[in-house]
Amino acid sequence: MIRIKIDTEKCKGCGLCIKYCPKGLIVESKKLNKRGVYPAEFVRGKDECTGCKSCAIMCPEAAIEIIDDEKSNDKK
Amino acid sequence: MKKIFKKSPLLLDPVTHYCPGCGHGIVHRLVCEVIEELNITEKVLAIAPVGCAVLAYDYWDFDTTEAAHGRPLAVATGIKRMRPDLIVFTYQGDGDLAAIGTAETVHAANRGEDLTCIFVNNGVYGMTGGQMAPTTLLGQRTTTCKSGRDKKRDGYPLKISEMLAVLDGVCYIERTAVNKPKNVILTKKAIKRAFVNQIEGKGFSMVEIISQCPTYWALTPEEAVDKIENEIIKETPLGVIKDV
Amino acid sequence: MTKNNQKDKNRVLMVGNHIIGQAAIEAGCKFYAGYPITPQNELTAYMADNMPEAGGVFIQAESELAAISMIFGASVIGERVMTSSSSPGISLKQEGISYLAACKLPAVIVNMQRGGPGLGNISPAQSDYFQATKGGGHGDYHTVVLAPNGSQELFDLTYLAFDLADIYRTPVLVLGDGVLGQMAEPVTLKPSFKHEKTKVDKSWALAQTKNKEPKVVKSLFLEYGALENLNKELKKTYDIIESNEVRAETFYIDDCEIILVAFGATSRICKKVMMTLRNEGLKIGMIRPITLWPFPKKIISDAAHKKVKFLVVEMNMGQMVEDVRMAVFGKSEVHFYGRTAGIIPSEKEIIKKIRSLS
Repeated sequence: MIRIKIDTEKCKGCGLCIKYCPKGLIVESKKLNKRGVYPAEFVRGKDECTGCKSCAIMCPEAAIEIIDDEKSNDKK
Repeated sequence: MKKIFKKSPLLLDPVTHYCPGCGHGIVHRLVCEVIEELNITEKVLAIAPVGCAVLAYDYWDFDTTEAAHGRPLAVATGIKRMRPDLIVFTYQGDGDLAAIGTAETVHAANRGEDLTCIFVNNGVYGMTGGQMAPTTLLGQRTTTCKSGRDKKRDGYPLKISEMLAVLDGVCYIERTAVNKPKNVILTKKAIKRAFVNQIEGKGFSMVEIISQCPTYWALTPEEAVDKIENEIIKETPLGVIKDV
Repeated sequence: MTKNNQKDKNRVLMVGNHIIGQAAIEAGCKFYAGYPITPQNELTAYMADNMPEAGGVFIQAESELAAISMIFGASVIGERVMTSSSSPGISLKQEGISYLAACKLPAVIVNMQRGGPGLGNISPAQSDYFQATKGGGHGDYHTVVLAPNGSQELFDLTYLAFDLADIYRTPVLVLGDGVLGQMAEPVTLKPSFKHEKTKVDKSWALAQTKNKEPKVVKSLFLEYGALENLNKELKKTYDIIESNEVRAETFYIDDCEIILVAFGATSRICKKVMMTLRNEGLKIGMIRPITLWPFPKKIISDAAHKKVKFLVVEMNMGQMVEDVRMAVFGKSEVHFYGRTAGIIPSEKEIIKKIRSLS
């Protein structure tokens, strides 16, 4: 299963990830972060995250990581 | 568990000073990814401009210097002529590159300096509070043209990429945008191309990146990226302007 | 500094502008950028002709602004660099000089002065004294200012300028004028002063393979107190320069009633005047500042007392005279004689002025 991890303290709440998630899996959180903004939040939806990276590609803070839980650890 | 996307280690951790939704953060990341992928970190020397991106060195983990307003390409010329082994790039805004630095830009390009120029065009002076820029579109409102840029009073938006494209020293110019995922991917491709050209010693390369400035366009980030899609790239179309 | 060995095979006849160029090359200058302006064009041409062979880079820049920024670039990676111009062009270079000072980057800047203000004319002048010695550009800084008065000093001081720039990490100005630049005189093309190769640490330079951590060279300091710290650091360096690098030539100052003070080309006329009048029995001496910044304050102050009068002679409307007054601090009368806008004061005029004082 693929999921995204948002660094909510870095997030400035610009909403570009929300706008460009094709599956509507990112919403504005109801909780303020320390910066005083409502950060983006990853939610479960009808569809699953496909790992298209649109959110991460658009994030001006590079605050989004995309993780595939089913694939094995980094080769390194 | 496998991370299928994480930020480049060349992009440092501090939260940027950029406004929410600003395109600079995206371009900073793309530059870092390209440098990492080309494995040229040790050889890179960046020149930060005067303008919003002046603090770029706080976010990049490679050697960086600063230039006076408009002069990054002159500084870059001095470095590259002295040390052709280095990969030297400038990161400049529209005011820096196409107003106060027009002469330095034109002549570095015309000399065919082996340099990479990352030109972030948001049509406004951000750092100083949203004044009219050389690339401000007709009708666009700024603090120094409150009723919108007027061709009689303010002249026309400067088509600097098209101007530079006619110069023989220029090998590659492409206009891209960072308003949507597809364009960001194309921007990264263009940036990579501009660096590879330098590695191959082909001459002057520039990528003009149309970038959103939600704050001084007085729009939300969402509206700002839509403005690029629906208005700006109709006036200044994206694509390769010169490639030899 | 001006004693020469007549039989030296390095001794040649050369115009001042060429001497500066050769001195720079001898000193290891590896990068020169310039833009045409009279009366220093021979220097730019000399560098164009000779830099490639010397393993250096010559660029004719599109402007003075670009030229000074180009040498900023080459200095940032640790090379010895030089640019040159004349008065109006030096005004343009002030932007870059301020940045060089703030970034603590060594550089040599040559100003072969011409008449001003504005476009002025192309004849020799000394009217950039204020600009050269009081900073010149914006901000809290100084540049070392060296004022040669003849061929050997053009060589020696240009050579020295590169060392001082490296040692103190500062831009250094060589302040000449149209006379010195255009005049041909015999010169020995190696430093006439004792010179040891200065080994200077340049670990601050960018793009050095031995650097472990990425480095930044910048002049923007937004955090509270950071810029003040930089300015205090610069001041500390300036204090050291003021105590170590003052250079001046003095003649008969312990035995005179009138002391002439003059620098550069004017000092040669004044020296002639002094010799003429001394032969007539007039007790006259002279102080010639060689460094205009740091200014030889103490030498002047020590020479000042009730029974001596100072006459400052310059090719301007009275600029160095202010520093002389400051150094004299009311202990002596200070008078001024100057011609400006490209007019060189004659011996006759100066003698007339001296006679009017006694």
